Amino acid sequence: MPDRQLRVSKIEDGTVIDHITGGQALNVLALLGIDGSSGEAVSVAMNVPSERLGRKDVVKVEGRDLSEAELDVLSLIAPEATINIIREYEVVEKKRVERPDRVVGVLACRNRECITNTDEPVDAKFEVLPEGVRCEYCGTIIREDLADHLAI
Amino acid sequence: MRQLITTTDLPRERIEAVLDRAAEIDADPSAFRDRYPGTLLGLMFYEPSTRTHMSFETAIKRLGGDAVDMGSVESSSVAKGETLADTARVIAGYADALVLRHPKEGAASMVSEFVDVPLINAGDGAGQHPTQTLLDLYTIRESKGLDDLSIGIMGDLKYGRTVHSLAGALTNFDATQHFISPESLRLPASVRYDLHEAGAQVREHTDLDDVLPSLDVLYVTRIQRERFPDEEEYRAVAGEYQIDAGTLEVADDDLRVMHPLPRIDEIAPEIDRTDHACYFEQAHNGVPVRMALLDLMLDDASGPSGGEA
Repeated sequence: MPDRQLRVSKIEDGTVIDHITGGQALNVLALLGIDGSSGEAVSVAMNVPSERLGRKDVVKVEGRDLSEAELDVLSLIAPEATINIIREYEVVEKKRVERPDRVVGVLACRNRECITNTDEPVDAKFEVLPEGVRCEYCGTIIREDLADHLAI
Repeated sequence: MRQLITTTDLPRERIEAVLDRAAEIDADPSAFRDRYPGTLLGLMFYEPSTRTHMSFETAIKRLGGDAVDMGSVESSSVAKGETLADTARVIAGYADALVLRHPKEGAASMVSEFVDVPLINAGDGAGQHPTQTLLDLYTIRESKGLDDLSIGIMGDLKYGRTVHSLAGALTNFDATQHFISPESLRLPASVRYDLHEAGAQVREHTDLDDVLPSLDVLYVTRIQRERFPDEEEYRAVAGEYQIDAGTLEVADDDLRVMHPLPRIDEIAPEIDRTDHACYFEQAHNGVPVRMALLDLMLDDASGPSGGEA
């Protein structure tokens, strides 16, 4: 990678999420519960040129790995994302996100009349469809703006 | 059958098993009179209901069992803020099976995660009402048969839970479904998705006249005032989906008109006296059909594969 594309400094240990759909970086941070308040070093690049995507976002987070549940939802809002796990400034693992069969507890149902939007002791669960997700309780389908329904 | 939550729990062979049993009960009710002595059905109705509530209570009593009733929401622990999950777990310990009606969509599906007894969804908000569908199908089968059927479903298709369940169940049969509603009350995307996935023959219309002559059955549902921002708009729209004797002049002589009841003004009383009217017979079928459903579910639950007999 030519030096002129290195807009932000390298991280020592943590995760680089590359090839995020352009404009989704802040939603990715919201999904990870990162708002800068806990002191970790975070770099965000938005709408930078990408050969594969036209434009893309990149997020670098120091000292943070992603859980399986986080990767599942990440795959829905940034299906082309690649995950680089960094140890001592080197990429030790590189992987693509995979679309899961279902996501649990990370998205909220957009149907206000759904039982999951009450005080009942259940997490919203969604079946992943070819396009969008479907609430396993009320059947509502969410196709667009999934990031608006993050349950965080 | 362990639970009946949506019509996806009702493949064709289960529907036919319930309807066949209902026909046996209809033919000789006394043969089923003492089938479940000592069996208790727990009734949990979080919304007012006359027909569904009474027909379930009648059904279990005619099978020789009895019902225990949570009573109205205002007089129960729900008023103190207890969750549905907790209330259901407690009542599941008192009763051999549960019937639940609740205003929130997906309520019965959630409760099924917390209880082991047979569970029947008796209506979850604008979601599903599968036992109404069973009696609708029984009524259609008695008069028309369920295959080679052309059915029009009219009214509030968006919020009508009886519509959602009926449409899903009809995909098991060779039925062409015509949906007739104002644009603002057409079928929800989730129901259209399921119909599409099932390969159903579906047509949507805003005008009944377009399809009325071709129909074997017209299923009318109520358009509710609260779905519209103002009275005037409601009256204008709802008026187009009301039927009277004049409306039916172009219909087939054998057209059957159905309605899940209660009706207010969407079917004129003059139709009651015609051969088209089928809605009271439909309501009466609620008891034998719910007896049949309870019989099959309780029998499964007490059998070797049923678990805690």
